[in-house]
Amino acid sequence: MTAHDARLVGAYELPYRHAPDKSLAQMQAEAALGAVADAGLTMKDVDGFFCGGDTPGMGPMSLIEYLNITPRYTDSTETGGNSYVSHVARAARAIDAGLCDVALVTLAGKPRTPAKGSRPMTDANKPDQDFELTYHPTVPANYALAAQRHMHEYGTTSEQLAWIKVAASHHAQHNPHALLQGVVTVEDVVNSPIVASPLHRFDCCVITDGGGALVLARSDIAKKLDRPSVKILGTGEAVKHQGAGDIDLTFTAGKWAAEKAWKMSGCTPDQIQYASIYDSFTITVLLEIEDLGFCKPGHGGGFVAEGNLISGKGKLPFNTDGGGLCSNHPGNRGGMTKVIEAVRQLRGEAHPAVQVPDCALALAHGTGGSLGTRHGASTLILARED
Amino acid sequence: MAEDHKMSYADPWMLPETKGFWEACNQEKLVIRTCLDCGRGHHFPRAMCPHCYSTNLEWKESDGTGTIYSFTAQQVKGGGKYVYAYVEIADRVRAITNIVDCDPEALKIGQKVKAAFRPSASGQNILVFTPA
Repeated sequence: MTAHDARLVGAYELPYRHAPDKSLAQMQAEAALGAVADAGLTMKDVDGFFCGGDTPGMGPMSLIEYLNITPRYTDSTETGGNSYVSHVARAARAIDAGLCDVALVTLAGKPRTPAKGSRPMTDANKPDQDFELTYHPTVPANYALAAQRHMHEYGTTSEQLAWIKVAASHHAQHNPHALLQGVVTVEDVVNSPIVASPLHRFDCCVITDGGGALVLARSDIAKKLDRPSVKILGTGEAVKHQGAGDIDLTFTAGKWAAEKAWKMSGCTPDQIQYASIYDSFTITVLLEIEDLGFCKPGHGGGFVAEGNLISGKGKLPFNTDGGGLCSNHPGNRGGMTKVIEAVRQLRGEAHPAVQVPDCALALAHGTGGSLGTRHGASTLILARED
Repeated sequence: MAEDHKMSYADPWMLPETKGFWEACNQEKLVIRTCLDCGRGHHFPRAMCPHCYSTNLEWKESDGTGTIYSFTAQQVKGGGKYVYAYVEIADRVRAITNIVDCDPEALKIGQKVKAAFRPSASGQNILVFTPA
């Protein structure tokens, strides 16, 4: 496979983190309009629509009705927080295949201010339900299982995990929209209360209302726009689960997703100048860094320590918006903001304090669902337009 | 500090294909859905072997012991904690469970545990584990 003809041409993140007075559809629409305007297009140009499970109603239908658009092509692939990273790949494939010309990808969520009567997360038909929900799992607990196992097999420490949050906080101090803008130290992280051992409160991402959207278009359309566009060199996605009981918690679906993206792009990890890496928890980042090939399995702890993820200081600047750990995790789904910050970096539009100089090649990676049970992962290798 | 949050268990839905598992629990037995064709066990129990798709399956009784594959002590709002874990109940068969009547600080990966049972709201036995 070769790089896509389709380009990322618009990206927009809702600036707010708390939206008690907005409806979910309204937030989706605000994000959509923001991204379309950023591209220099209008809603009338949109003929492809991509969304995840955050969208109210059945698949994409309620929202395209709310937006009053009639896309030629829709896709509501749902694998949790990485869905939007997958949607970029799917939209690029759809555009390359001639199924649509301008594709819109949206996300919004309001976990801080849910609508009254929101449906519960239980589903009696889910075959795993009795064998998991019975035991009172929490989201942090299902990631803590992976952290505990990694520590056992490789000697990874809480202090090493803490460096991931420290790096994110160094970036978030420059983001006026970040929910948490204070710089923290390793000591702050390891002294924050345990949520699910070995994970502390500061190992966990923020919970925010918010959202964002992306626009992709055919390259000939992209060329006519005033804004810098971004090329999609490689994509990959995968799902990993318990394997009927044969689960290995020391790696993620990211290993399989990344293998495809590296192969398609012809790039190697050492070429990447900036990486957006899904940070639901610090352990998520550590495992993904190994799975993406930035270091060997088991070496993630050493790799992330001593500020190696801090822009301007370390070898792999990551999540320069402050990421999910400090800035935004809209609707408990961080894939969208991962792509948006990678686009900012490749356009040279990140905050000057965290902008990677002459950033030409970047990676955006997402994980959705639960590392402890089943999850999706998606990888994008993105490049600045020549 | 001991695990100090007393768990309560909702009634399971008990899909038809898992009935044998729940009946065994009520007899305080741990059974592992095992394929009579390929020989492999699996969990959560299914109507067909997820390795070879044979429907020639048995409920194989285990001696009730296992080892901790991973665990976490989950803090409870308002104080207390409980242990959520994967226990290996047969070769490459790891089951999500709780470890009860234990000191979470003293638990170790690889530690031997044994099956125990706790009643749900309506009295169905729920499989948990406790240090052996």
